[in-house]
Amino acid sequence: MNVINIKNISKTYVMGTEAVHALHDVSIQIERGEYVAIMGPSGSGKSTLMNILGCLDTPSTGLYEFNGVNVSEMNDNELAKIRNKEIGFVFQTFNLIPRSDALHNVELPLIYGGINAHERKRLAEESLHHVNLADRMHHRPNELSGGQRQRVAIARALVTKPSIILADEPTGNLDTKTGDEIMALLEELHHNGNTIILVTHEEYIAEHANRIIRIRDGMVERDEPVEKKIVPKLA
Amino acid sequence: MGMKVADFAYELKEGLAISFQAIRANKMRSVLTTLGIVIGIVSVTLMGTAIEGLSRGFNDSISKIGADVLYVQKWPWFGGDEWWKYRNRKDIKYDQYKAIERQATLVKAATPACYTMASVKYQDRSSDGVTVIGANDQYVETSGILMDAGRFFSQSEADGGRPVCVLGSEVADNLFPSETPIGKTVRIGSATFRVVGVVEKQGSFLGLESLDDRIVIPIESFFQHFGSNRGIQISVKAANIKDLDDTKEELRGILRKARHVPPKAEDDFAINQQEMFVQTFNAIGGVVAGIGLFITALSLFVGAIGIMNIMFVSVTERTKEIGIRKAIGAKRSTVLLQFLIESASLSLIGGLIGIIISYPLSLLLNQILPTSMPLSVVGIAILISIIVGVVSGFLPANRASKLDPVEALRYE
Repeated sequence: MNVINIKNISKTYVMGTEAVHALHDVSIQIERGEYVAIMGPSGSGKSTLMNILGCLDTPSTGLYEFNGVNVSEMNDNELAKIRNKEIGFVFQTFNLIPRSDALHNVELPLIYGGINAHERKRLAEESLHHVNLADRMHHRPNELSGGQRQRVAIARALVTKPSIILADEPTGNLDTKTGDEIMALLEELHHNGNTIILVTHEEYIAEHANRIIRIRDGMVERDEPVEKKIVPKLA
Repeated sequence: MGMKVADFAYELKEGLAISFQAIRANKMRSVLTTLGIVIGIVSVTLMGTAIEGLSRGFNDSISKIGADVLYVQKWPWFGGDEWWKYRNRKDIKYDQYKAIERQATLVKAATPACYTMASVKYQDRSSDGVTVIGANDQYVETSGILMDAGRFFSQSEADGGRPVCVLGSEVADNLFPSETPIGKTVRIGSATFRVVGVVEKQGSFLGLESLDDRIVIPIESFFQHFGSNRGIQISVKAANIKDLDDTKEELRGILRKARHVPPKAEDDFAINQQEMFVQTFNAIGGVVAGIGLFITALSLFVGAIGIMNIMFVSVTERTKEIGIRKAIGAKRSTVLLQFLIESASLSLIGGLIGIIISYPLSLLLNQILPTSMPLSVVGIAILISIIVGVVSGFLPANRASKLDPVEALRYE
């Protein structure tokens, strides 16, 4: 079944007196277990699309069904709940809480989800284990390298066992070697059955996915499988 | 349900931890921010402590007047600036007491009383500056005193003007340090009186007058030895405290007639009661409290503005963080609560500092005025700090909760 079903969505912003059409009549379906890259230059609307996919924003018109549920007209609290339980974000700038240690950062979605303390700790530790950072649990972000920070972010994204992992330029702030390590981790997650949506403007990164959707000027330009997928060596 | 309580407790702990962190990171800023709160709390706790001490002392003293006793005197206790009116009044005289004794129905006990000062001697010891009171046997009822030893004089001793006396505890201690005074004979001037009783220690009245430095003798004896051409006061105990006003009216009637006051004229005497002290105290207390409250409110207001300001800065500084939290599922209410807890914690810390500062100051205050910082005042101070924190933090917390996650994440 489709995890994501977007039908004819448009998004328009009003900037002063101008109306900006960020997305125009976009339709996309993504099945469970897929590894999709969304590509486009700056101003193409890919960020807007990502925000809508991630339930951070709602479309102006059109339908968005997430796991069969219509989320296009949900209110703030309902969207927050979906973000909490079903969506795992991975950002370019890691976006960890600076004053808390790795364990607390990973626990945060569980706290917002109302999970009790004992269970939280167990799940968070498990998640950090999964990304090979069990020994850095009590380090703060400023005590971790870029690659380690991103792995904490991925552990956080995974901890609620979400339906999709939404990664926005996950290697943008990392050097090539570390970037490759992160892409290897994402491949492993995909291998384990996670649905991964990768948003990027880099061809090289996009080709790690199985399918690329290209966006330009707020519309889907192309949507096709990747010919030569780059498979990083699994760690 | 249990989970919700645990989560709130967790948020509370987090809020306090974050506040402490923020304060440690910015000591100067935090001190200046909470200064208003600290001053406000110091002022409210000291004021509360002072009022507690004043009340305590006051209640202690006025309980010695008796709420159901009326005092017929020339001068009203709180006459204000019309003293010239009272100066020319005729004295209250013994015959007017007699009129009351004969005619009053709403009265349980009544005694005349006149005063002078003298030295009381026993053998070679002397107690000087003792207040000598001439009264009848009902004095013990109207004044509410209790005997520590022996008894008060009886009606026949009073009526007959027998040479008996009752000693206040201070006089008794002075003249009889190592033996019982009962049965002994003391001298006032050339007159001798046999001691029949000693009054329990009473303490002082509003710290002004010692109530133990006294000796009571039958009024007939008083007239004999000190002259009868003098003004007296009359103390009357109402039959029923509920009918105090009726008793007062009855006395007025009797006295006006006995003193031949014309029907249209004002009373030429005063009937005083404990209530007047209470009213005056409340008025003074009200002024003190009013000033104290004004200072407190002003400081707290300044403190609240400070906290609100700092919280706005904090929200702006952490815009991105708020975006992150929302992205991973924090609801508006969660963000609101988080920042409210932070501002309340900040204010609470200021309040606790205020209490820590006031405590030694209250000990200092205790040197002037016997008092101690009541726990209720500490409780109120803490409550006030928390409320100020929540109220002043509301607008910034509200703004934080309404941030658009997309915009917030983009913020640098």
